[in-house]
Amino acid sequence: MGEAIVITSGKGGVGKTTTSANIGTALALQGKKVCLVDTDIGLRNLDVVMGLENRIIYDLVDVVEKRCKPHQALVKDKRFEDLLYLLPAAQTTDKSAVTPEQMKTLINDLKQDYDYIVIDCPAGIEQGYKNAVAGADKAIVVTTPEVSAVRDADRIIGLLEKEKDIEPPKLVINRIRNHMMKNGDMLDVDEITTHLSIELIGIVADDDEVIKASNHGEPIVLNPNNKASIAYRNIARRILGESIPLQPLEDQDKGVFTKLKRFFGAK
Amino acid sequence: MASAFPIEVKIFMKKRQNVIIKGTKEGLTLHLNDDCSFQELKDELDEKLSANERDHEKRPLIPVKLETGNRYLSEIQREELKSLVRQKKNLVVDEIESNVISKEEAEKTRRENEIISVARIIRSGQILEVQGDLLLFGDVNPGGKVIAGGNIFIMGALRGIAHAGCFGNKQAVIAASIMKPSQIRISDLINQTINRVRNDDNHEMECAYINHQEQIVVDRLQGLIHIRPDLTRLEGGR
Ligand SMILES: Nc1ncnc2c1ncn2[C@@H]1O[C@H](COP(=O)(O)OP(=O)(O)O)[C@@H](O)[C@H]1O
Ligand SMILES: [Mg+2]
Repeated sequence: MGEAIVITSGKGGVGKTTTSANIGTALALQGKKVCLVDTDIGLRNLDVVMGLENRIIYDLVDVVEKRCKPHQALVKDKRFEDLLYLLPAAQTTDKSAVTPEQMKTLINDLKQDYDYIVIDCPAGIEQGYKNAVAGADKAIVVTTPEVSAVRDADRIIGLLEKEKDIEPPKLVINRIRNHMMKNGDMLDVDEITTHLSIELIGIVADDDEVIKASNHGEPIVLNPNNKASIAYRNIARRILGESIPLQPLEDQDKGVFTKLKRFFGAK
Repeated sequence: MASAFPIEVKIFMKKRQNVIIKGTKEGLTLHLNDDCSFQELKDELDEKLSANERDHEKRPLIPVKLETGNRYLSEIQREELKSLVRQKKNLVVDEIESNVISKEEAEKTRRENEIISVARIIRSGQILEVQGDLLLFGDVNPGGKVIAGGNIFIMGALRGIAHAGCFGNKQAVIAASIMKPSQIRISDLINQTINRVRNDDNHEMECAYINHQEQIVVDRLQGLIHIRPDLTRLEGGR
């Protein structure tokens, strides 16, 4: 029986899809059997970031409406031996095509066959969000060091804390730019973590390579030498219960390291 | 035998006074019997006040205090008594005192005097509301809001909105370990900019209250001892 992790943020464009693709891929690199689920119905793009767009036959709505079996809709990532799959979102229908109850059933079914279900959540707090969190056991909230993104993350954390079946959410701070933090033009990591008061599970630098990799359908985490890639790999290892200190970004405030304890409990 | 009986009753009724009027320095106090029916009470009140009625046209209003003993008066009955008294030219009811209150009122008073403690972070979009005082262990984040009928004490950072004395209590205060609110409200006053009594940034606990100029100001927490001594509830504690 696997576990389902929803990747959410409230605000759009902060890196939910990028984080989902990279964490999912990193877990597969660790030998786990992973299924990525794109719940951003109408605006799907996890398939593009994963480079799996061309191989889609059925989608999430087809599965929910029983036009096909779940395994028929799953797109296998050929870079991995039977470890990484994607359930794409529908491109044509709208979010109301799926209900939270249906999602819960679907995710529970997938948990029988996979170690990890990584659910990419759409922006907002409406139906799409409710669908995405419906079957989740854990949640990762993604934010960037911007006031508006942190504010939305706070809102989402408040909602997640009300979900009885989801463990306290963990935080990923994405697109960190050291020079801006140093100049005080951006919120620093400490400010964000004290504001949100949830455990930090990773910080990812802002890096053009991330965008390039996504555009080529090759998640950055497949590149072993990139800094952002190492950050994502470390997040995956923390999810697996390893206790690794945060990647020392240059000039990073020391206070952060002590904040990082154990993530996602020992397994 | 049969003829004597009504006379006896009449004497008895004469003896028993349903309304006793006393003059005090402040005005009149009317002691109202709590044993008779409300109608009897009204009749006698009307009668007695009319008897005392003289031509007071030009005299100032005399405040009247009603003491109702163990009689519970509904809001309508209170109004009836008030208007009855008011009809007597220069009398006006200032206060109605009763030994009894309804269960509902008692409940309300209890709630308004209660300190509710909550351990939680009030996040963006969330509202926490209590009838009495609020003791919060946690932060109020930007976009979050706490509301209390009484005082608000925050063991944490106030970065959102806090509204104390929301039912109109101007004596209510707001205290926080870190006072960085986006807005402060006490009773019906609203402050978007924080008026600090001092201008040092000591990271001390601070409190907000309404000063004599009817403005919300922020001062060191220790200032409360002088400004709101009533915050001490310990009997003989001062
Ligand atoms: N760490 C990063 N460094 C640089 N660009 C990033 C990073 N993370 C995400 N991006 C870019 O930001 C944009 C939005 O990311 P995306 O994952 O689609 O956000 P969301 O799913 O939250 O809307 C994309 O162009 C993506 O490539
Ligand atoms: Mg997305």
